Amino acid sequence: MTGAEPLLEAADLHVWIEGSHILQGVSFTMPRRGVTALLGRNGVGKTTTVKALLGLVPRTGRVRFDGADTTALPTHAIVARGIGYVPEDRGVFSALTVAENLRLAERRTGRPRYGLVHELFPELRERAAQPAGTLSGGQQQMLAIGRALLNDNALLVVDEPTKGLAPRIVAEVADAVARAAERVPVLLVEQNLPLVRRVADRAVVLDAGRVIHTGPATDLLDDPDRVRSLLGVGRSAPAGNTTGRHT
Amino acid sequence: MSTIVLLTLTGLGLGALYFLIASGLSLIFGLMDVLNFAHGAFLAIGAYGTWWASEYLPGAGPDGFGFLLAVAFGVAAGTLAATLVELCVIRPLYGRHREQILATVGLSLAVPALLQAVWGADPLPFPRPDLVSGTVGVLGVNVPRDRFLLILAAVALFTALWLFNARTRYGLIVRAGVQDRAMVTALGIDVRKAFTLVFAIGGAAAALAGALGGLYFGVVTPTQGLSLLIFAFIVVVIGGTTSLTGCAVASLAVGLVQQFANYYTVAGLGDIAVVVLLALVLLTRQGGLAARKSAERVA
Repeated sequence: MTGAEPLLEAADLHVWIEGSHILQGVSFTMPRRGVTALLGRNGVGKTTTVKALLGLVPRTGRVRFDGADTTALPTHAIVARGIGYVPEDRGVFSALTVAENLRLAERRTGRPRYGLVHELFPELRERAAQPAGTLSGGQQQMLAIGRALLNDNALLVVDEPTKGLAPRIVAEVADAVARAAERVPVLLVEQNLPLVRRVADRAVVLDAGRVIHTGPATDLLDDPDRVRSLLGVGRSAPAGNTTGRHT
Repeated sequence: MSTIVLLTLTGLGLGALYFLIASGLSLIFGLMDVLNFAHGAFLAIGAYGTWWASEYLPGAGPDGFGFLLAVAFGVAAGTLAATLVELCVIRPLYGRHREQILATVGLSLAVPALLQAVWGADPLPFPRPDLVSGTVGVLGVNVPRDRFLLILAAVALFTALWLFNARTRYGLIVRAGVQDRAMVTALGIDVRKAFTLVFAIGGAAAALAGALGGLYFGVVTPTQGLSLLIFAFIVVVIGGTTSLTGCAVASLAVGLVQQFANYYTVAGLGDIAVVVLLALVLLTRQGGLAARKSAERVA
């Protein structure tokens, strides 16, 4: 393993779901530093790509993570190699308390970083005994991100963290993602272009189950014509405003 | 009054027996989404294991500590059988419900056939220790002692399962897995280990039901598990498929309804009364008694 070797590599990923060919040969690499944004219109296969990387859907192709071929590994073994996952629907366990949701994420290797999680999200400590199902959407998102940060992971995979949140909460979650990105490489699926502009170093754009663009995020976002043609957006919002979505 | 006391206590005893069987079934269905028709086979293995040990196992016997050892042997046999079934039959079939049903139905028929081939179809007299023989007077009525043993065992199992769910990491995994198994694996947890453990616990509970059911019926037969399994399924549906408390309440309700209906109507009508109870619950509370208590689901 060398510094130049990608942290994550997807090669020719194909996914079929109920007869539909959702991913049609997705290939991209992710460096060991910074935030890589996975972009694209609705339904192009962004979430499916993430699930394919983690082995959550049956797929063909090859996946390498942190210098090892993880293609044949089950999901729990892939994640245990050092991935924190924040799914699109947050994936919190509503019947468990906040503390139990966090405790569930503890791994045998390494000490759980409760100090870091509570520093980033003090509310999680205050609401430790509260059932997660009674939290607001923003609080659930913080719990999901906190849970992913609990272990000393090599990669954070965050799928649409601002989706469905009120504008005020979007800003809080965007701050949390930005702070998390200071500590660990992040693969970020997001349609909120101001957030992408704020945190992302690289962009990978999907369309119809294929990668159609890779490169520096700012190069893409600073070019309105490419943003329009690749993402179907009239214009990208300025960097300071993280509450707008491009759809 | 004395009739009501007698019917209530014997009904609670029968309900306790149903809980011993149904709790494992509910646990397995709740976490693993597996309709385990082989559950009755674990019960039969527990019953025959206990009977065999009381007859032939050195140190074991029909009374005292020897009987306890025989019950432990029967429970161990049922647990081992459940573990092997999970590893060899169920694990390759996760997510394939049709095949699971075929495989477990096959086991539910094969195990009694095997028991019948070895020990015959005739009922075998089950050992009855002195401590649970005869009756004990309660409010002027004589209640068979073994009913109290069943109730005690059910309370102990309920407490043990509650502690397992509430206080252990595997219990936490089970409670989370009931809601979203894929997300549990996405946290880096090998949920298959929890599946095996839960299946083994369910098998142990069923085997214990087999051993204590032998006391209740006085005999063991190869098909005892099959007939009791029908009521266990009814209990699971009435109680809600993922609630331990719902399972306990439903077990008692089914046991009491069956006893009272059998006495106050025509003998044998108790079974029909239980089906009527099932229909009433499904018509009024789809999802069973625990349907509105999803936040309290434990397994």
